Amino acid sequence: MSNTSRRRWPLLLPPLLWQLTFFLLPLLFLFVISFWSVVNFRLEPDMTLKNWDFMLSRSSFWSAYGHTWALALGAAAVTTACSFPAACSLAFTVSERTRKLALMFLVVPFFTSYLVRVYSWQAFLADNGIVNALLSVVGIDGLPMLNSDFGSLVGYVTLALPLVTLVQTMGLAQIDRNLIEAAHNLRAGPVRTLFEVIMPLAKPSLVVGALFAFILAFGDFVAPTYLGGGAPPTLSNLIIDTTKSGQQWPRAAVVAIVMILTLVLTSLAAVRLAYGRRK
Amino acid sequence: MMSGNGMLKIGRWFGWAYTGYTFLFILAPIAASLVFSFNADRFPSLPLKGFTTDWYGGTFTDPLVIEAFQRSVMVSIPVALLSTILGFCAAYCDFRFEFRGKSLFGLLMLLPPTIPAVIMGLGMLSYLSRINLAGEVWAVLISHVVIALPFAMAMIRLRLAQMDAALEEASWNLRASPAQTLWHVVLPFCKQSLVAAFLITAAVSFDEFAVAWFVSGLNETVPVRVLVFLQGQVSPVINAIGTAVFTSSILLVAIGMGFSGMGKAKRAAADSPAQPAGGAVTNNGLSL
Repeated sequence: MSNTSRRRWPLLLPPLLWQLTFFLLPLLFLFVISFWSVVNFRLEPDMTLKNWDFMLSRSSFWSAYGHTWALALGAAAVTTACSFPAACSLAFTVSERTRKLALMFLVVPFFTSYLVRVYSWQAFLADNGIVNALLSVVGIDGLPMLNSDFGSLVGYVTLALPLVTLVQTMGLAQIDRNLIEAAHNLRAGPVRTLFEVIMPLAKPSLVVGALFAFILAFGDFVAPTYLGGGAPPTLSNLIIDTTKSGQQWPRAAVVAIVMILTLVLTSLAAVRLAYGRRK
Repeated sequence: MMSGNGMLKIGRWFGWAYTGYTFLFILAPIAASLVFSFNADRFPSLPLKGFTTDWYGGTFTDPLVIEAFQRSVMVSIPVALLSTILGFCAAYCDFRFEFRGKSLFGLLMLLPPTIPAVIMGLGMLSYLSRINLAGEVWAVLISHVVIALPFAMAMIRLRLAQMDAALEEASWNLRASPAQTLWHVVLPFCKQSLVAAFLITAAVSFDEFAVAWFVSGLNETVPVRVLVFLQGQVSPVINAIGTAVFTSSILLVAIGMGFSGMGKAKRAAADSPAQPAGGAVTNNGLSL
């Protein structure tokens, strides 16, 4: 026993120390500096609650919080709903070869710059952009899409859809086909089979997929800035403005901590929903 | 019965059409950026104005862009090397050893990509500036290893899951020391996934813009330069850079996948209850 423990340290320590020093400590440090103050644009160690008070007492902070929540929740719902039919199709109706090819195409976007894709969406969504040009062919007048919540949502879905479809397809592909056959033999129609057999069995992957979409949208600053117009701001916009323009790192740290707490609580709730009560 | 089958068939066709549209949605911005990068009009709109390679010419003679490219390459190679080595260590520990706090260890290793980049950026900026590293290329390197390591670990862990445990035992029985076994048995077995992890972590680093934007100061990498372009006015240069980077990273990834036999790894993962990457987070971490 002590033999294996001696053996594992040389392998365990390097990654452990690296992530402790450069991942955990920076996050903990955010918590520390949220109690520091800024004197002459310089960070000074302190023990004050004024940053917390400053941020949490403003209605603009809470409206940004609500706006971010609503957008992220919307992104999770829209992405989940949009990818589910495609995931079903890929999991149940195509050969394994086709499925593998499709999954590979889903991986492609991970290796294209998200910034470039968002810039590209601007060309689609602008008032005289591609989508409006196509709509005018069928006689629909210019719809305002850029610089609105709709624009932000398009960005979030772009960001999350490939991952969510991937997670859902893998979850659905693992469902025992015999259960679906059984439902069919027991005269359950396709709709009933979908809602009472497939969806409960696929629940973990549906919830985990939605959670990923929520996390990605909640933290993204590119879509709300360059497709949503930046107003009203989201929490990530708030962090950037506070950090970059005012050098007010402690106040930005307050926003960051509130975001992390929100994400942790949401994740715990989602995992409980996905896997039921454990312990 | 007939009509039931007919409905199923229609449903099936509808599903395929829908899936096609989904892929169109995913690939449209990528394709549009490729098309507009050759479009003579400065503004990305229809109809197209004619073919030009001016944007590419303009991009690759811009000293800021050239510098950013050199810096991105200089950062992404050591990032890939370090993440792959650390990722292998972490993956092997997860595979081989049982120890207290193992699930916490997994959480610590795999969590970074789920932390919003602005928060990582702010944390890194404030922390690294205390040790006088913020604004240096080192800061980008360190942050990118934190973000890329989980990808390397997940890929190598998937490969290790395919290894017969008896292989190592046989080697020990033949009097090879654990270190020799690691070097002569385990590493060769993982060789392809190591190459794949190297290429993919390089791509992750080459693509990361948010944390780099916070910590890099004046040392812009390519995506940070793109972000600066994006903050300015309409710029077809973004499409040119985007297309060039996309082509090179897809090449890297294709080579990486060729090396790893990702297909095999994926199939094995689909058969076993544990899922790769994202699934691994929930399996290892959140069932504490």
